[in-house]
Amino acid sequence: MNIKDIILFTVHAVTSNRVRTLLMLVAMSIGVGSVIILTSLGEGARHYVIDEFSALGTNLIIVLPGRTETAGNQAGMLFGKTPRDLTVYDAGAIHRSPYVKQIAPISVGSASISYKQRSREGPVIGSSASLLTIRHWEMSQGKFLPPMDYDRTSPVCVIGAETKHELFGNENPLGKWLRIGDRRFRVIGLIASEGRSVGVDVEKLVIIPVASAMAIFNNPSLFRIMVESKNRDMVPSAIKDVERIIRERHQGKDDVTLITQDAVLGTFDKIFTALTFTVAGIGAISLFVAGILIMNVMLVTVSQRTAEIGLLKAIGASKQQITILFMGEAALLSLIGALAGIAFGILVTQTAEIFLPKMTLVAPWWALVAAMVTAITTGILFGILPAQRAARLDPVTALSRR
Amino acid sequence: MIRLEKVERIFQVGDQQVTALNKVDLSIEAGEYISIMGPSGSGKSTLLNMLGLLDQPTGGRYLLDGKDVTSLTDDEQAYTRQQKIGFVFQFFHLIPRLTAEANIELPMILAGIPEQERKERTQNVLKAIGLENRADHRPDQLSGGQLQRIAIARATIMQPKVLLADEPTGNLDQHSGKEIIQLLEELNSKGLTLIIVTHDINIGKRAHRHIQLVDGKISADESGAL
Ligand SMILES: Nc1ncnc2c1ncn2[C@@H]1O[C@H](COP(=O)(O)OP(=O)(O)OP(=O)(O)O)[C@@H](O)[C@H]1O
Ligand SMILES: [Mg+2]
Repeated sequence: MNIKDIILFTVHAVTSNRVRTLLMLVAMSIGVGSVIILTSLGEGARHYVIDEFSALGTNLIIVLPGRTETAGNQAGMLFGKTPRDLTVYDAGAIHRSPYVKQIAPISVGSASISYKQRSREGPVIGSSASLLTIRHWEMSQGKFLPPMDYDRTSPVCVIGAETKHELFGNENPLGKWLRIGDRRFRVIGLIASEGRSVGVDVEKLVIIPVASAMAIFNNPSLFRIMVESKNRDMVPSAIKDVERIIRERHQGKDDVTLITQDAVLGTFDKIFTALTFTVAGIGAISLFVAGILIMNVMLVTVSQRTAEIGLLKAIGASKQQITILFMGEAALLSLIGALAGIAFGILVTQTAEIFLPKMTLVAPWWALVAAMVTAITTGILFGILPAQRAARLDPVTALSRR
Repeated sequence: MIRLEKVERIFQVGDQQVTALNKVDLSIEAGEYISIMGPSGSGKSTLLNMLGLLDQPTGGRYLLDGKDVTSLTDDEQAYTRQQKIGFVFQFFHLIPRLTAEANIELPMILAGIPEQERKERTQNVLKAIGLENRADHRPDQLSGGQLQRIAIARATIMQPKVLLADEPTGNLDQHSGKEIIQLLEELNSKGLTLIIVTHDINIGKRAHRHIQLVDGKISADESGAL
């Protein structure tokens, strides 16, 4: 009995029982389909987040005050407790590093923002002119903060679309004075809402010069410094240089944490990959259920076809041959089911993409392979028991029944 | 060719023992034409299944071509059936989803005979049984007599030494029954050992040797015309 004959025989057996085949097809395609749909969603989410972050530029280094690593003997250093301020002078020193193209010091706080009778409570960011290019924002009206020394205050601000809408309605905000905390600022620009930005809702923002923000919040330390190296290859040198500069300025203490865009990306990558694997595992459970269904259907098949099995034995089929033929049927059924499941999964994800235009939903290749392999393996595994039952059938009793 | 020595077959039904074959001694030479008759339940089918290695004796020895086949493994017995034994059943036992041609081909597929040769042999045998224009028909499109002829073609396609037929005409009308017997006798005349179990005295009479079974024992074994 060669492979071709085995396949022909099983194809025949499978195609001559349409109801059974359809049933298995549904079970398997739900299993395989769910693996594909779930992993596509996981991958889609991962790509979405990664793309958003990559849009920020991969040569970005973020400097945070305090050492949040637990490794090393930083005696007396507690998580979250900032021992030394990260100041605008630190920012200035970093800016002078030869590896650094531009920086943006950032101070963050919340304050009441008001114009005439209208007021709102919202996030206020203190920064510098280069934030615009580091963040890849665009202006829809007016200008961004002008370049100036980090320790100089200036009564100018830039606002997002939502802030503008709430405070000014349809009024043109440019040149108007609004009040932030207890100070007055003149609106010089409006940020376009289209700009991509991770973690910050551009529309809700109010941006003022960093020194002004620090004065309002009465906080001598920066929230972080965003550093852009001259190019991607210079990121490691820039990190070393930033560390050296801070160490020199902070009496030999390494009391800042540097995060690179790559590291953030890597972390997200890991989180989302783990998530995708988890949902793939959940999908695999339905494959297991499909496997059990296959076993049941095959057991029914064996009892329906006892006469055939008896006959096969009478004409000289060995136990092994009968086992192969029936396992072949289970395998073939699950293979067809798996293919149908892939088609089903792709159909669903493609349809979903229409409604989620920001996401690309494509199942990763490993999920396709894994779903196929798992489907066929479960088919074969759960086909073993029925096939063995067939092989062990007593031919005399099998044939004596009509 | 076939020797049974004190072959016994006892079925255990609950805590009762049913003796289907009771220490049967039997010798059969190649090319013989034998009918086995006897009342219902006398053990005819059991004897035939024993001869065809579908059933194992609970006692005694079975020598096929001088070899004790009761001690063979399952696979060896399957191989022996494939190479030396052909079965014909009352209810034909053709596989309903396969065409006449495919049913006849099946033993050769299991035996691993190349496709080219399979097709040739099938065509020849279809011609021999006069069903060459029914090759693509499935069993539900054929008459009982045609089905049995296909079953005989399947049973003989591997050129076995012995053909075992358990009431081959039991499900056929007289006319097609006669045709089937003629076909079987034709095969016997070419050297095939033919053993037929039947309830029909007219068919039984035609054999060259007549075995009578009663309660699992051979009560008569006569050669020549009755
Ligand atoms: N699987 C079995 N389990 C228990 N008893 C059995 C089994 N098969 C056959 N028997 C018994 O063995 C005896 C012989 O049965 P067998 O089928 O050989 O009879 P037979 O001569 O072929 O009868 P018939 O002419 O009705 O076909 C009977 O008493 C039957 O009840
Ligand atoms: Mg019988």
